[in-house]
Amino acid sequence: MKSFVFPEFQIIRDEEKCGQCRGCERQCAFGTHTYDPVADRLISDETKCAGCQRCVIFCPKHAIVVRPAPSFYRPNASWSREKLDDLKKQAETGGVILTGSGNDKPFRIYWDHILLNASQVTNPSIDPLREPMELRTFLGAKPDIMDISAGDGKVEIKTEIGPNLMVETPILFSAMSYGAISYNAFGSLARAACKSGTYFNTGEGGLPKEMRQEFGRCAIVQVASGRFGIDAEYLNCAAAVEIKVGQGAKPGIGGHLPGEKVSQLVAETRMIPQGTDAISPAPHHDIYSIEDLSMLITALKEATNYEKPISVKIAAVHNFAAIASGIVRAGADIIAIDGLRGGTGAAPKAIRDNVGIPIELAISSLDRRLRGEGIRNRCSIIAAGGIRCSADVVKAIALGADAVYIGSAALIAMGCTLCQKCYTGKCNWGICTTDPRLSGRLNMDIASQRLANLISAWSHEIAEMLGGMGINALESLRGNRDHLRGVGLYEWELDVLGIKGAGE
Amino acid sequence: MPRIRRELYSKEICSCSIFGAMNQGGERFNAAGVMRAIANMHVRGNGLGGGFAAYGIYPHYSDYYAFHLMFTGKSMQDRLEAKAELEELLCHKFDVVYDEEIPHEDESTMIDPPLIWRYFLLPHKRGEEEALSDEEYIVSKIMQVNTKIENAYVFSSGKNMGCFKGVGYPEEIGQYFMLDRLYQAYTWTVHGRFPTNTQAWWGGAHPFSLLDTSIVHNGEISSYGTNRWYLEMYGYACTLQTDTEVIAYAADLLMRRQRLPIDIVAKILAPPIWNAIDRMNQSERKLLTTLRMVYGPLLMNGPFAIIIGQTGRMIGLTDRIRLRPLTAARRGDMFYLSSEEASIRLISPELDRVWTPNGGEPVVGELNNMRTVLQ
Repeated sequence: MKSFVFPEFQIIRDEEKCGQCRGCERQCAFGTHTYDPVADRLISDETKCAGCQRCVIFCPKHAIVVRPAPSFYRPNASWSREKLDDLKKQAETGGVILTGSGNDKPFRIYWDHILLNASQVTNPSIDPLREPMELRTFLGAKPDIMDISAGDGKVEIKTEIGPNLMVETPILFSAMSYGAISYNAFGSLARAACKSGTYFNTGEGGLPKEMRQEFGRCAIVQVASGRFGIDAEYLNCAAAVEIKVGQGAKPGIGGHLPGEKVSQLVAETRMIPQGTDAISPAPHHDIYSIEDLSMLITALKEATNYEKPISVKIAAVHNFAAIASGIVRAGADIIAIDGLRGGTGAAPKAIRDNVGIPIELAISSLDRRLRGEGIRNRCSIIAAGGIRCSADVVKAIALGADAVYIGSAALIAMGCTLCQKCYTGKCNWGICTTDPRLSGRLNMDIASQRLANLISAWSHEIAEMLGGMGINALESLRGNRDHLRGVGLYEWELDVLGIKGAGE
Repeated sequence: MPRIRRELYSKEICSCSIFGAMNQGGERFNAAGVMRAIANMHVRGNGLGGGFAAYGIYPHYSDYYAFHLMFTGKSMQDRLEAKAELEELLCHKFDVVYDEEIPHEDESTMIDPPLIWRYFLLPHKRGEEEALSDEEYIVSKIMQVNTKIENAYVFSSGKNMGCFKGVGYPEEIGQYFMLDRLYQAYTWTVHGRFPTNTQAWWGGAHPFSLLDTSIVHNGEISSYGTNRWYLEMYGYACTLQTDTEVIAYAADLLMRRQRLPIDIVAKILAPPIWNAIDRMNQSERKLLTTLRMVYGPLLMNGPFAIIIGQTGRMIGLTDRIRLRPLTAARRGDMFYLSSEEASIRLISPELDRVWTPNGGEPVVGELNNMRTVLQ
C-alpha cells in the first residue's frame, strides 16, 4: 500500500563538504542513509529518519542538517499535521500508534508559571560558596513524636525509627528497566548514583546478578505487575523496594517488551525464556484493592526483615491524593507520584497524550491532603514526570515533595534527543536498545560521568537558589509555599498550588 | 467537593531589639531598669511595636490562668461585642474568679489602643473534654478564640505571668501599662520592634506567648511556611500574622507536650550542620541525625535571636549561623540577655561575666529555688 504520510524530517546534505566516508550510514540504525557506489555519493531516505540527530553530531565534516520538514497541508487549527499523519498511519496499518518519551503536548507547564523568592535586607541571603548549604534528605517514614530519656547529661532515644534512605541531594534516577534501556545505560545510571550519593531505580526488569554487590546499596528495586527478576537476593541487596502500580506516561496500562529485545542477558535477569515477549499486565493480578496492596507491602517488609523502606509508585490521576493517603495508611514509607509528562520506553500515543494530571498540581494536592490528615510525617513524597532543571526541583520541593525522580533528564544527559522512537529498539544513541552493536556506542565511563556532572551541576544551582532565599537546609524549603508566586494562572490553579499570585 | 481556598497568609518581616533580665534568686523587681535598657536600643525599633513578658507578677492569683485579652475593632461598639462574645465562651468553659481592665495611662497618648482586659480563671471541663489535661484544654480554647471570635485575641495565658504589648516604642508601652510602678517580676523580657512591611497592630507586637512560654524575637524566619504546616498538623493555628508565633508554638509542642529538655529543643530549632554531625561519636551522631530526620520541619531557618521566658527559666538562642546578635551576662543573682551589651552595662555597669553565645547554643538561666516564687 502506498503510504500517504509525509516524511517528518528533511535531510540536507552539503555535497561539497561530504567526503563519502559513510559514517552516517553506519550511525543510522533506521537505514536512512545508503551509499550509491556508482554515483559515489550518499542517498538519504527521509521517510526513515527519526530526527535523532546522531548522524548530524557524528558527521566528521558537519555536512548534514536534519530539520523538521515544514507542513504543506492547508493550515487547519483543528486538523493539525500530526492529527492527519496519525490518522493516515492508522488507515494504513489498522494498529495502535506507539510512541516513546513523555507527553509532548502543550498542556500548561506550571513550573514556568511559578517564580521563586529571594532575600533582600531583612533576611540576609547566604553565599553557598562560603557557608554550609545542606541538601541532605531522608526518605521514609518518621515518627510524630520522639521519646527521649534524659538524665545526668546522657540522652537516649527510645523511639525506633523505621528505615530511611539518605540522599545527599534530592535527585534520584527514575525507574528505567534493563531491557527497555541498554545494559550500558543501566550500568551508567547505577555508577553515577553511587558516585553522587543518590539512588537509581532498577525499573521492573530486575538487577543483573553481577551488579548486585557493587551497586545494590544505591539501588531501589522495583516490584511490578510482571514480577520480573524478583528473588530474595534481589530484594535484599537493594536500599529500598518500590511497588510499581502506575506510570505517568501510561496510567492504567501495562507494559510490553517485545521478544526481539529479550536477549540472553535480559532473559536471565528477568527470569524468562530468551526471545519471549515480557508482558506486564495492567493491574497487579494480586492487587485488586487497597487491602491487597497492604498485604504486598507487608510481605515485602517481611521479605526484607523490615530493614528497607517500601515505596509505592502511582501515576497522578484525578483522585490520586485520596488513594495515596490510603497507601500511606497501608504502610508505604515513600509515595512516588508520576505526572502527566513522565516518560516511557513505549506507550500508546493516545494514552500518553491524554491521561493523567500535571505533576505540579499533584505534588501540591498530595502534600496538602496528607497534612490535612496529619500523616505527612509518615511518608516521603518523590515527584516524577517532567522535571527539566534545578529550578523545577526547587519548586517541586517548595510545593511539598521530599525529592524528585529524573528519567528523561538523565537520558538526555547521556545523549538522548527525545526523538520518541524508544519503542523501536533501534536507538542510535545506544540508550534504549538491546542491540549490542548500538548499545556498545554508549561508553559507561563517559555516560556515568555526564550523569554525575548533571547531579553536581543541579545541586550547585539548588544551593544557589536556597542561599538566595536565605535558607541553608533543604528541609526548611519543604512545603514552604511562601517562597513561591504564580504568574499568569487562574485563581483555581493558584488554589490547587496553594500559592499567592506575584505581587500579592 | 468544596474547593480548598489558597492558604493566603502573610508573614511580617522585622528587625528588633530584645532584652531579658532575671533574678535567679527569685527576688522580684519592677520594670524601670529593663525599660531604661530597652530605651537605650531605641534606634533598633521604629515605634511600631513593643512589649514585655513578666514572670511572678500575680502571686495572689498564682493558681489561676491569667488570660490577657485584646478586643480590637474600629469602634468601641465592635470591641464590646467581641468582649461579650468572649465572655459567653468563658462562662461556659471556665470558672472566672476575677476580671478587670488592665490598668493603663491616658489612652490619647497611644495610637489606637484596643480594649485590654484580664481574666483569672480555671478550666471547667465537661463531657469528652474531661479527658484533656488542663493545658491541652486551655490551648484548644485559645485557638478557638483566636480563630473564631472576630476582634478578640488571647495574647497571654500563663499562670503568675503576663504579657503587655502594643504599638509604640517599648518604653512607651511600659509607661502606658505603668510596669515600673504596678508590677514586680523575677523575670522581665522586652522587645522593641522594627517591622518593615505590616501595618502595625497591637496583636502583632511581641512577646508571643502560649501558657507560660513567651517569646521575644529578632529576625525573620525563612522557613516559616514549612514550620507552619508542621505545627498546623498538631493543631496550632497561626493567626497573628507573624513568624514569631511559630517559635512560640514550636517551643510549646516540644517542651510542654513532648517534654523534651531545652538542650534537645535547641538542637531541633538550630541543629548543627551535617559536616559537624558526621564527625561526632556514634551515640551523638545517632541522636542528632535522628533529631534532624524527625524534626526537620521545625528547623528555624533564617536569622534569629530569641529570648524564651518560662516559669522559673529564661533561655537565649540564636540561629545556627548566628545572623543576629545576642549577648549574655551575669552579676550576682542577675542574669541578662540583650541584643547589645551596652544596654546591660547601662543598668549594671559592673558584671561578673559577659559572653557571646555560639550560634545554636542555648544559654539558660534558672531559678535557684522554685519555692521562692511560689510563696
